[in-house]
Amino acid sequence: MLQQKWTPQRIWLLVGYAAAAAALFSAPMFASDFRLNLLAKFLAFAIVALGLDLIWGYTGILSLGHGIFFGLGAYAMAMYLKLEASGGMPPDFMGWSGLKELPYFWKPFENFGFAVAMGILIPSVLALVLGYVTFRNRIKGVYFTILTQALVIITTTLLVGQQAFTGGTNGITGYSTILGASLGSADTKRVLYWITAAVLIAVFILCRYIVGSRFGKVLRAIRDGENRVRFIGYNPAIYQMVIFTISAAIAGIAGMLFVLHVGIISPSMLGIVPSIEMVLWVAIGGRGTLIGAALGAIAMNWAKSEFSTAYPEGWLFFMGGLFVIVVVFMPKGIAGLIGQIKFRKKRKEEDHEGIRNPAV
Amino acid sequence: MKESVILQCDDVTVEFDGFKAIQGMNLKLEKGELRFLIGPNGAGKTTMLDVICGKVRPSSGKVTFDGKVDITRKKEHQIAELGIGRKFQAPSIFPSMTVHENLEIAMRQKRTVFATMFAKLGDDERSRIDYQLGMIGLRSKASWRAGGLSHGEKQWLEIGMMLLQEPEILLLDEPVAGMTDKETDKTGELLHEIAQLRSIVVVEHDMEFVRNFASRVTVMHEGKLLKEGSMDEVQGDDRVAEVYLGKRRDADVSRSTA
Repeated sequence: MLQQKWTPQRIWLLVGYAAAAAALFSAPMFASDFRLNLLAKFLAFAIVALGLDLIWGYTGILSLGHGIFFGLGAYAMAMYLKLEASGGMPPDFMGWSGLKELPYFWKPFENFGFAVAMGILIPSVLALVLGYVTFRNRIKGVYFTILTQALVIITTTLLVGQQAFTGGTNGITGYSTILGASLGSADTKRVLYWITAAVLIAVFILCRYIVGSRFGKVLRAIRDGENRVRFIGYNPAIYQMVIFTISAAIAGIAGMLFVLHVGIISPSMLGIVPSIEMVLWVAIGGRGTLIGAALGAIAMNWAKSEFSTAYPEGWLFFMGGLFVIVVVFMPKGIAGLIGQIKFRKKRKEEDHEGIRNPAV
Repeated sequence: MKESVILQCDDVTVEFDGFKAIQGMNLKLEKGELRFLIGPNGAGKTTMLDVICGKVRPSSGKVTFDGKVDITRKKEHQIAELGIGRKFQAPSIFPSMTVHENLEIAMRQKRTVFATMFAKLGDDERSRIDYQLGMIGLRSKASWRAGGLSHGEKQWLEIGMMLLQEPEILLLDEPVAGMTDKETDKTGELLHEIAQLRSIVVVEHDMEFVRNFASRVTVMHEGKLLKEGSMDEVQGDDRVAEVYLGKRRDADVSRSTA
């Protein structure tokens, strides 16, 4: 762990990662266009799960508001796509609400670069502001989680209420092209898939770096004992703000990619239920392991699309049941299961209480 | 003010909902001093440490560090950065991290987000951690999860973490609680060793430990300073005997015969 030697474990891990990356990039050769589109969507979800794991799995802060950060990224991209579709004219839904002029804050979104920047910046700034007022005042645990839920309600209410500017309940849909390339064509979809896979890998590497750095160790220390961290001389509030902001930015990136694959964003896609679902992916996949969070998101969404077509009513019960099973029997999720088996051998040398020490 | 005074508490009062836990307490600590703070339960000893490390804010009074900084207005992490380390009564290490990682983040270093994001464990840091691991006798368990250590080992790890912080003043709250006699003696020797370089304040209940290792003792009672002096002076004081030692005398006699 301390040494960067080429132990067999390390080599196998790298081989595993390389195989996963190869599988990701070659998927377009095997999967149908429909499946590929689904997979692309799941990869976008996996990106959010990585960001969520950074703050929940590693820092011990539970956010039930990541749907908002995801959604704001999605809306930024949707605004760009909508303006490109309407050729810079006020989009259709504005006309229905009697708005004839394009609002001033919509105008810059004609520019792709600006839209992408905003898709990252707006969620980040929002997270920073929320983090600033909460973490500095030492609001944590359940109270923080409730505040993130409040943020979700405020934002969705705002999006629904300001129909003329946001498309209301219907959200924003009806795109045609991105940077001139048709969104409907299979070629564009394939390129977008590759971009999503590349972003997922890049975010994964970034998260791995963060988690492995001393910064990441301080985050885990905060999870274990925030007060103790303070008496060592770190200011936990700053660390929490930074990681919450990074996490929100990652969610924003995922949201932008999501819109490209799905072709619509509406308030129901970023409300309370999706926000909680995101947490479930991480819990089931394995919080505190990045690969677990990413796989959890992909597996859960794959299962959702399979099961919900076969048993539309049963899906929610199934997911609820799965969640209970995971929480009770596998506190570290699917990824932890592998670890549990591995540890069984090691347990003889190590002490009993240390290993089974679920964070928080 | 003399130059050798590292910490001075003047007329410190702490109130919790109208209850005065500390009333006008004065304490002066010299550089390189090993001071024991004793007193019956509820005397305000731990609260006094809390004031010095910033956990509790006094309602009045002043705490001056190194003759210039009034620390009652600083936040905990700022006080820690000034050079005041605190060890709590219950061992508070980071259980899910390894012993080595515990020491790594406690080590004296730049503590900004930017610095820790790009920090590399260099040879110098590695050897500092290794030296500390040897001192606290946990070298062979460096890659263990700290949560899996025994109680005594956790206490030692925490002392090790504090030493790597390289504070000017160490505040220890019952460092030998739950330790075996052998571990207790080892801790006492370690404290004397540390006191060559740093100042230490120890809150302690174990009178035998105090007798063996104390040079100067401060006795608190009901939030006030009762007596300050050498162990002999303190033991000879009638008021101290009345409020504190009197109750313990029988127990001490039986223990000293062992």
